[in-house]
Amino acid sequence: MAAPKPESKFIELKPFTDEMVVNMGPQHPSTHGVLRLELKLDGEVVREAIPHIGYLHRCFEKHSENLSYPQIIPFTDRMDYIAAMNQNWGFCLAVEKLMAADEKKGFEVPERAEYLRVLICELNRIGSHLLSFGTYGMDIGAFTPFLYAFRDREKILLLFEKICGARLTYNYVRIGGVSRDMPPQFLDEVKEFIDYFEPKIDQYNSLLTDNEIFMERTTGVAVMDNAMAINYGITGPNLRGAGSQWDLRKDEPYSIYDRFDFDVAYGKEIPEIGAVLGDCWNRYKVRMDEMKESVRIIRQILEGDIPDGPIMAEMKAVRPPKGEIFFRSEAPRGELGFYIVSDGTPKPVRVRAKSPCFTALSALQELSRGLMVADIIAIIGSIDIVMGEVDR
Amino acid sequence: MTPQEIYTRLKGEFGESILSFEETVVDPFIVVAPESIADVGRYLAEGEALVFDFLMCLSGVDLSVKAEDLEVVYHLYSMTHRHNVVLKVIVHKENPRVPTVENIWKTANWHERETFDLYGIVFDGHSDLKRILLPDDWEGHPLRKDYKEPDFYRSMRVPY
Repeated sequence: MAAPKPESKFIELKPFTDEMVVNMGPQHPSTHGVLRLELKLDGEVVREAIPHIGYLHRCFEKHSENLSYPQIIPFTDRMDYIAAMNQNWGFCLAVEKLMAADEKKGFEVPERAEYLRVLICELNRIGSHLLSFGTYGMDIGAFTPFLYAFRDREKILLLFEKICGARLTYNYVRIGGVSRDMPPQFLDEVKEFIDYFEPKIDQYNSLLTDNEIFMERTTGVAVMDNAMAINYGITGPNLRGAGSQWDLRKDEPYSIYDRFDFDVAYGKEIPEIGAVLGDCWNRYKVRMDEMKESVRIIRQILEGDIPDGPIMAEMKAVRPPKGEIFFRSEAPRGELGFYIVSDGTPKPVRVRAKSPCFTALSALQELSRGLMVADIIAIIGSIDIVMGEVDR
Repeated sequence: MTPQEIYTRLKGEFGESILSFEETVVDPFIVVAPESIADVGRYLAEGEALVFDFLMCLSGVDLSVKAEDLEVVYHLYSMTHRHNVVLKVIVHKENPRVPTVENIWKTANWHERETFDLYGIVFDGHSDLKRILLPDDWEGHPLRKDYKEPDFYRSMRVPY
């Protein structure tokens, strides 16, 4: 008698896996802060990634209602602590514009202060993008860029320490100007840094951006097209990575940005390497290009003359007139908006911070559907979130 | 388009539902009846020469302890035509309900959850209306002016 044939039930042709729920975070090095993702997995494929936020909620908006306007500025530092100068500035711009509504209370920010603000905030933008570049490399599995990025960011932090005494939470930009003038030789040191840093960007591009393994992990992954980005309210490098050229510094120039010559970095379709508009690689590349543009702006400041004069506008107490305003500025992570309702007293009735990271993170659920678990890491790094700003 | 022109156009289209236009504040705003905000939003998002495709911000406002109303404020922008408009909806503090605009701008999904979390405004028709920043079992809505923080949360002392 012939041996029985093996029954097909021993060979799994179409393995069935149960849905598995995995918690990624809250404490996880690649979630850039305290973020918990509830991953519903089918094998290694993500069916649903649900972000749970709020672990860093420090009641910024509630605090603001009990503080006077200048007292709120240090709280903005703690929102996006990677780019705190830009956060200070965004809030001050909103208050200044609200005060300008009343002719008696309005004032002109001195020229010298405007130049200092642009200089410092562009340096901070470079520092912020450097951190994004370094940690993104580390998320993907390249440790070296992280060390390089932090080496250079350290130089920026030392410059900040010289100008305002702090390394992380600066409270430097104030309503009506800046808190203190540059120390002697500060501009020489900035020039020294810029001369040192500019060639490094190309080095980093060859180290990570054009790296075969890195491209394999990021090109064509998690494509967010322009329409989807706008519908989700996504701004900054994430929107520009989708091919849009929208940049508030160019399109609705505030402060003195209209005096500088710079280009808006945006994503491009590069078929040779498989880069698609709005994929992880393009979002990342925009930041690398933006650093070059920031260097260009800083060079123009250094080469031109920074006017002498006061660094603080002359004004009485900060007491904006009754009214409300929404003002947005271009922070490194996108448009940072402040909605302020004032009743004419020294304390605001309502301060609302519209965080660019909050909206960017809300798109994660749709972006990650059907991708691999490892791609989730690539997405989070590419949208470059800071949880301090998401939760406020 | 200026806010004044948009107001005139909305008034012509929706009539009674457009309650008023406030110009004296720094950012002018249009007050819309709560029940028709979703229709007005869709008209603004799709209407010819309007195309408000970008919801910049959605916020709740509580003006004072004595105020009987809560406000929901929509800051809209058009990437196509580069103009903006502010809409406002006023609802009573008892049982505040507003239709969702999540289907028009996906930005609103999380922003409405946040407004629900901190103000207790219910957005009818929202796909996933639950707390976002605070724990699910938190009591009360902290950004309301009359909010009193609890003494204990899960047997941990709250006031510090």
